[in-house]
Amino acid sequence: MALVYAGICSHAPGITGRAERADPALRDPFYEHFRRMGDEIRAQRPDALIVVAAEHFANFFMDNMPAYCMGMADYYEGPIEDPEWLGIEPQRIPGAASLSKRLIERMMARIDLAYAQEWKFDHGIMVPLNFLTPAYDLPVIPANINCQGPPLTPPARAYEFGRALRAACDAVDERIALVGTGGISHWPATPDSGKINEAWDRKFLDRWTANDRAALTAYSDEATWRDGGQGGFEIRTFIAVAGATEGSTGEVRYYAPIPIFAVGCTVGRMHI
Amino acid sequence: MSLYYVQKLLYQLNRDPHTRARFDENFDGLLDDFDLTDEEKTALRVPDIGLLYVMGVNGQILMHYAALRGFEWDRYIQAMRDGLKRHGPVRTGLYLTTDGKGAV
Repeated sequence: MALVYAGICSHAPGITGRAERADPALRDPFYEHFRRMGDEIRAQRPDALIVVAAEHFANFFMDNMPAYCMGMADYYEGPIEDPEWLGIEPQRIPGAASLSKRLIERMMARIDLAYAQEWKFDHGIMVPLNFLTPAYDLPVIPANINCQGPPLTPPARAYEFGRALRAACDAVDERIALVGTGGISHWPATPDSGKINEAWDRKFLDRWTANDRAALTAYSDEATWRDGGQGGFEIRTFIAVAGATEGSTGEVRYYAPIPIFAVGCTVGRMHI
Repeated sequence: MSLYYVQKLLYQLNRDPHTRARFDENFDGLLDDFDLTDEEKTALRVPDIGLLYVMGVNGQILMHYAALRGFEWDRYIQAMRDGLKRHGPVRTGLYLTTDGKGAV
């Protein structure tokens, strides 16, 4: 069939773990847009949801770090974090191993990527699922881009990953939804936690909604680290979604810095 | 300096129930399994979250160890600020501080 939905969202653990400390005037509309994104995904009757995430040492470490990895399991579990800390109860999430395998095989014709038949979801996937598929009944295929342990894959390669993912989705029979989840600027888990470069975020989102490939792939790690913090490296997940929707433009449904969530909270969608 | 193994120990502690059990039952034995300096063992044992931060432990690993050791969020942030005052700037890695003000 084809890709039937493509969007982006935030995933910071504070979104669920420190919910009661956020300004309700910002938090509640953010939650509403997050849940509405789930409604829009379900309206497309997808067979599976691919989540392109940037995990935080839940499964991958510097002893064997893949630049790209996709899940190929029948089920996944999460959160790996303390449920009380994250505010999300343990879940078993259905996978789609056969579909994963077929997608990975097709993608390997164009790019190199690792696969994993075992994967514990951290907040990077569990926070989005908490809003998008709260019943945890939609099969999920996780994909990870290493945004934590340098050397990191360049943004141009993340765009190519998205293009290869799209070609694979278009070649199978299933209906597939795609969500990229990451932060834009943020300095998480440091004394700067809560610092957000809103102007830098908005400039990035303008480029994302325009699907400006040249601008999106021109971000250097040096400039991103300086202007967007170490959390800014996660723009790769949004760039991958742009690559998967090359030729399309999008819109930002919600964006607001919510400091106690430690990120500019974002919900966006590409028109595909 | 064996930051890699400090982080590997914390990575395994965060995800592996068997490592967690060893942490509960024989923490010193667990520390001996990794190539750590005396300073690193002390920082992990105390725990000196501020020193671990200054050593360069990735915040995405460190925040879970802090939570495991009973540091709720504000105390975790404060421990890193205290560590900067006591031990100086972050020595290596990506998780440096800028103005250190943050949201808490």
